[in-house]
Parts: sequence; C-alpha cells; structure tokens
Amino acid sequence: MSVRLEKVALTGNQALAHAVRMAKTQVVAAYPITPQTSVVETIAEFCAKGEMDAHFIQTESEHSSMSACIGASMTGARTFTATSSQGLALMHEMLHWAVGARTPIVLGEVNRALAAPWTILSDQSDSMAQRDTGWMQFYCGNNQEVFDTALLAFKLCEAVLLPAMVVLDAFVLSHSVEGVLLPHQELVNQYLPLRETLAKLDPDEPHAFGGMMFPDVFMEQRFKIEESMDIARGVIMECATEWDALTGRLLKPLHCYHTEDAEYIVMCLGTAFGAAMQAVDQLRSKGIKAGAIRMWQYRPFPTQELIDTIPDTSSLAVVDRAVSFGCGGPVGTETKAIFSGNNQVKVYNYIAGLGGREIRSSSFEKVFSGMMENTASQNKINWLEVRQ
Amino acid sequence: MISQSLKIDGGLSLHYPLEIRWHGRGGQGAVTASKFLAETVLALGKEVQSFPQFGSERRGAPIMAFTRISNDPITLYNTIDSPNILIVLDATLLKYPQVLQGFKENGLLLVNSEEKPADLCNRLDNISGVIATVPATKIAIECLGKPIVNTAMFGALIGITKLIPLEDALLVMEKKYREEFSEKIFAGNLEAIKMACKLVQMVDTTLANQQTNAVNLQE
Repeated sequence: MSVRLEKVALTGNQALAHAVRMAKTQVVAAYPITPQTSVVETIAEFCAKGEMDAHFIQTESEHSSMSACIGASMTGARTFTATSSQGLALMHEMLHWAVGARTPIVLGEVNRALAAPWTILSDQSDSMAQRDTGWMQFYCGNNQEVFDTALLAFKLCEAVLLPAMVVLDAFVLSHSVEGVLLPHQELVNQYLPLRETLAKLDPDEPHAFGGMMFPDVFMEQRFKIEESMDIARGVIMECATEWDALTGRLLKPLHCYHTEDAEYIVMCLGTAFGAAMQAVDQLRSKGIKAGAIRMWQYRPFPTQELIDTIPDTSSLAVVDRAVSFGCGGPVGTETKAIFSGNNQVKVYNYIAGLGGREIRSSSFEKVFSGMMENTASQNKINWLEVRQ
Repeated sequence: MISQSLKIDGGLSLHYPLEIRWHGRGGQGAVTASKFLAETVLALGKEVQSFPQFGSERRGAPIMAFTRISNDPITLYNTIDSPNILIVLDATLLKYPQVLQGFKENGLLLVNSEEKPADLCNRLDNISGVIATVPATKIAIECLGKPIVNTAMFGALIGITKLIPLEDALLVMEKKYREEFSEKIFAGNLEAIKMACKLVQMVDTTLANQQTNAVNLQE
C-alpha cells in the first residue's frame, strides 16, 4: 500500500494528541496536570478548530475524569484521558472500576514522580503503582512510538474489553521535539475502524450495569479479566503485525540489543534505553558480551518473551525507575520471580533515575561492572549512584 | 551521499551528530530557537531532537536548551554534556564556569556580543575552534523593538555553519510561524534572521594565524 507520509516536528505530548485525533476519539474527559497538560490542551485545540469531532469534558478532578470516561465508554464511545503522577493516584479507585466494568479506555500517562517532596520530573513510580489494577501498560521509547502505541492501544482495548495506558517519560519525551511520521487518515481508518459494542448504555434499550455480585460469581468475573489479559498477548501481536504491514514499524514487547550471545544484560523501560545501548557498544568494543533490553509491554507481563530472550548462564540487571519500598523495583521483582527456578540466570535489581535523575551511559557501565565484578547483590536492592 | 561532517568556511569540520547546547535567560527564546532549528533541519531530511532543560522557568533566570542533529536515528535522551556547538544568548552568562563546561575542543562557540570574536577569544581561557560573535540584542531591538534574540542567534548560526540554506530556513519559518504572529512581528523576525546571518563574525583558532583569518561575513 502506498500512502503519502509526512514527518512533522512534534513533542511526545503532541504526538499522542494527534493519535487521539486520528483515532476519531469521541469523548475526552480530563483535568490538567504538569507534564500532561499539553496533551489535552492540544486535543482541546483540535476540538475548538473543528479538526476533531469529540465531546471534550474538563472535569473538576482526575477522579471525575476517569468516572466520566467510564460512563462514556459504557455508551460505546471511543474514549481517552491523560494524566500524570498525583492525578493518576487520585484516579486509583476508578482505575479498578474501569477494569471491572470492562470499559475500553486509553489513558495517556506521562510518568512523573509522586510527591512528597514536590517534583514534576520523571520516574515510573506513578504508573507502576497501578500495576495491580488490571490496566494494560505500554512504555514508549520515542515520540513515534507514542503515536503508534496510542493507535494500537485503542484497537487492542476495544478488542479485549480492558483499558490501556500509553506511558511516556515526563519531559524527556513529553516535551522533546522529534520528527514523527503521521500516516494518512485513510490508513488509520483502515487499521482502526469505528468502535462496535454489543452491550451499552442506551436510553432506547435499557440495561442495568454494575450490580452487586455475590461469591457464587465474583471469582469467575475476576478470572475472566485474567483470561482477557492472556488473550491480549496474542491480540497485541496481531495489532502490531498489522501496523507493521501498513507502516513498516513494528511494536515489540521487548526491544533487544545484542542479546543473542550476551553474558551480561541490562533491562529498562522508556527512554533510558539509548544510554544502555551506548554502554553496550562501549563494552562490546572491549570484547565484553553485553546486551540491553527495553520492555515496551509491561502489562500483560512479557513472561514467555523474557524466557525466550535471556540466554542461559547470563546475568541480567533490571534497572527500575520506581521502587516498592521494603521489597524492590517492580520490574526487577517480577523478573526475579520468572527466573527463580533457573539457577543459571542471575537476576540483579537496580533502582535508578528517580525524580528526574538522569541515567547515563556511564550509569549503565556501573551496572555492568556490578554484575561482572560481583559487587552487586542478588538478594538486596542495588541503589545506583545514590549518596548513602 | 550524506556528509558525515559540517565544514565551516574551509577550516573547522564539525562531525555529526551535532550536539548543540543553548544558554540563555528566561524570556530570550532559547527553547523556541532550539525547536525552530530542529523544525528547519527536519525539513531537510535530518534526524533531530530538541528539548529544554527541565525544571522551573522564570524570566531572567539562566536556562538551557539542547538540540541534536544526526544522519541516523537519535536514541540518546540525556542532556548534552559535551556540545560541539555552544550558543550563548547573553554574554554575561560566560562568567558562570558551567556555561563553557564540556565544550568540545575544536567546536563552535557563538555568543551574542558586540565584542570582536578575536577579543572574546583572548578573554576566554583554553578555547579552541571557531569563536563567533553577533550583536543579536542590537539586531533584535532594531528589527523587533525588543531584546528577544532567538531569531537573530538562529540567523547567526546559519550564517556561520551554512547548516541550512537561508532561503529554506525562511521558507520553514513562513510555513510554521506566519499565522502565530502579527505581520509586523513576523516580518521583524525574518529581518533579524537575515541581518544576523550577514553580521556574524568569527575567528578560527585551528587555522595558523587567527588574526588574518578573522572573517566578516558582511564584506
């Protein structure tokens, strides 16, 4: 298929807003918060100019935004919201509700550290803290991927009836300008037709929703959610393959760099991957078999992909930009669980880059030497570049 | 074939990726200049990245912005530690050691100043490469009636580097920004770009005799 493509200079937030516009989203309910604000600001502008035909609802809080999104999604509308940090935390109650009510909603989540103390800069503790809600989560590595992921998220969540978060690092992506290819609208229409819903809120055909469930059925309802998460794994691959065929850009659960023969691997989520690859190049030039992985798909967790990717007898350091105090980094802890029965793969967990602290190539080199020189601990959390 | 380096007036070569760090004060438009540079270079088919220093902004406070320009996809998102192009929108910032920190040997330093480049060069310790000055404040006041120097600094950068043909840059400006400004302000900005492009002066310390190689691009 030949279509005319045009690369435009966009911030991550603008790229996300363009995806929401091109997805022909029907309802957007949001409350502003730095660094997300320019996502919904751009969408509001699209609506005001008539470039987008959506109901734009500015609510009085994020809790209300998510409530409005749930209601909108129940009517069968394609629905979007965006938030960050404290805003996502305030949504927490309704995030659970969105999953239980099986409402497809796409949420643009711009990763910002949680207060106190106040900060507006990036880490992944806000979205990681919502990992048990049942939302699917995708962590983007560049602005093009933000755009592509948002379109995939709509298609995916409407297919499996679970909501999805498109996650991007605050400022590093949200406010950085890069060249982004915006496909022709017809291509997006082909990839993402209008949403169809079987059961919906409709005054002409009344149904009751959200009633009480007793123990005889409650667990089955929960099991269905888990089942949909499993189904999502396959649907994600199908959606990604279709998008790849249309655009030549493949979204993958794990992005791997020199992992095939690697003895030492670092894994991260988001934009730190560039620095990780630079560290790998540095080590490879010295003859050390180093590799790096970027996890794009965090929920559902890419268990099988990790097992297939990590070579036996290798060491793997998971670098988390979030911490579950008293336990470890969320991704590190979950990765350790996968390899707990495998004595050959050594898994280390590092905490780095909290509250906007940069993770540089030199930081990853320290992680590699921690594994190579056995100075890192497998049983404890390793705090990287922190004054103790 | 894609050129792997940018040659400046027969002397210094700057290798891609170009890593540009902008130092200015809040309100001078450094962030917009960085973004505009990315937009124009993107239109020429290069890979680009532009971002501000992340933190709190306030008018008059020292700020930074960063631009990367490459022939290959850019995957690094760190702030730029060792720029090969350093642009200073307010010469009083040069008193802070962190402004020149990490500036690559044989890079390009462009400063908003009425000082002759050779004099500035003599005043700064251990600096090598192309040192350029442009009276951007004067140009901005003349063209816009206020000291917002970003378009003048942008014009000076293309004057020195020929990174983009001036006509192409003006075309992108026309396409992206005409609607955002009043006719008067827009025309003033175009004029500032053109004037700075002409008035920027430089010395190249990598050439044997820097005094005789002082170039006034106006002549």
